[in-house]
Parts: sequence; structure tokens; C-alpha cells
Amino acid sequence: MITVVLLGKLADIGGAPTLTLPAPLNWDGVMAALPPALAQAADDPRNRVAVNGALLAEKAALQADSGDEIALLPPVSGG
Amino acid sequence: MRDIRLLTQTFFPGALIGPFTQANPGLGGVCTFVGEVRPDSEVEALELSHYEPLTLPGMHALADRAFDRFTLMGLLMVHRVGVLHPGEPIVCVSAAARHRRDAIDAVDFCMDHLKSAAWFWKREKRADGWHWIEPRADDTRDLARW
Repeated sequence: MITVVLLGKLADIGGAPTLTLPAPLNWDGVMAALPPALAQAADDPRNRVAVNGALLAEKAALQADSGDEIALLPPVSGG
Repeated sequence: MRDIRLLTQTFFPGALIGPFTQANPGLGGVCTFVGEVRPDSEVEALELSHYEPLTLPGMHALADRAFDRFTLMGLLMVHRVGVLHPGEPIVCVSAAARHRRDAIDAVDFCMDHLKSAAWFWKREKRADGWHWIEPRADDTRDLARW
């Protein structure tokens, strides 16, 4: 299984701070597995994605296997 | 001397600055900025969330950049997470250097980056519930200064 961590407002939209999805996953797989409202919010081009704490240059580079942790990171809040 | 921390409980900036200053003997100046939750008649509370694998490492990377860019003896960078109320300190950055300009500029540099680019998500509680705070155009302008 893969843990998906939802940050910021994505946690509200997802209804929980984390969820688990079956491995393996690329970005298309994440989009297909998430509830539609969450998938739409997560696909915002301003969002960043990290795997095991390492930021990806682009979402399309996502490749996660069992035991990995994917973080979906909306833009950080301003001052 | 480098002291970078995330705190989950309220803190007293004065209690940090004394020991920080003492830990940098021979300094020529210390510059300290303390940010507090702004009192606002509509805001009851502010909540900061973070992502452990990125937030603190990101603060350390910012400290590395400050040490590279300015001639510093020490840097203190403390940031709150969790639920805060108006008037509570949210961030404290203090820089010690031989010369004032390095200390002042390092604090300014760190604050602009902490406010605009560090991994914190904020939401505020008003009478009608919680509201997420979106990025502001000012933050991009602040970063462009550097």
C-alpha cells in the first residue's frame, strides 16, 4: 500500500489528512484512484508532489511503490 | 551557532535571545525579528500545519543559504505550528554577526523566505468557521528582492 498525505485544504477536501492506495502508482493512477473532487483539487498546476520527502520536478515524474509516502502539497499560505 | 526549531507550544522570544546572544561571543551585533498573530476582530485563531519531511529540512536549507550569503556567526530560526491565538508569537529569527548589515539583512532574507516559500499552510478561524489562507502577490514580490 501507498500512503498519500494531504496537506492544507486538500486534507479538508479529502476528509482526512492521509489515505492509502494500492501500489504501484504513477500520477494518472493517483488521479484515477482519488475521489473526483479531491482529484480535481490535487491536479491544480500550482500543487507540488513529494515522494518520501523528496520534491518531484513535475507530477508526471511520479512513480511510487508499496511502502512509499506521497505528499500532495498545495501552494503555501502567504503572510 | 545554529538553532533551527519547530515548536508546538507557545514560546517566549526573550527566553531564546539571551542564550543565543551568549552563545556567540565576540559578535558585533544581533538583529531579532519576532512575528506575532495579528489581532483582528474577526479572527479567533490561526492554525499552522506543516509536513514533517519537508518543513524542518527546508528551514535548515534556508539557514544554509543565509550562512552562504551573509557573514554570520549565528542564526536562530524558530517557527510555531499548531493552533495560535492573536498576540501569540509565531516566528522568531535572530542573527548574530560581526557587523550589523549582515545580521539585519540575514533576518530580512530569512523572514521573506519563511513567509513566502516555507512549507506551512495556514487557516484562520472566524465566526463562520475555518478559512484557508491563499498565497499573496506580495509574497512573490518579497522573494524577488533577493
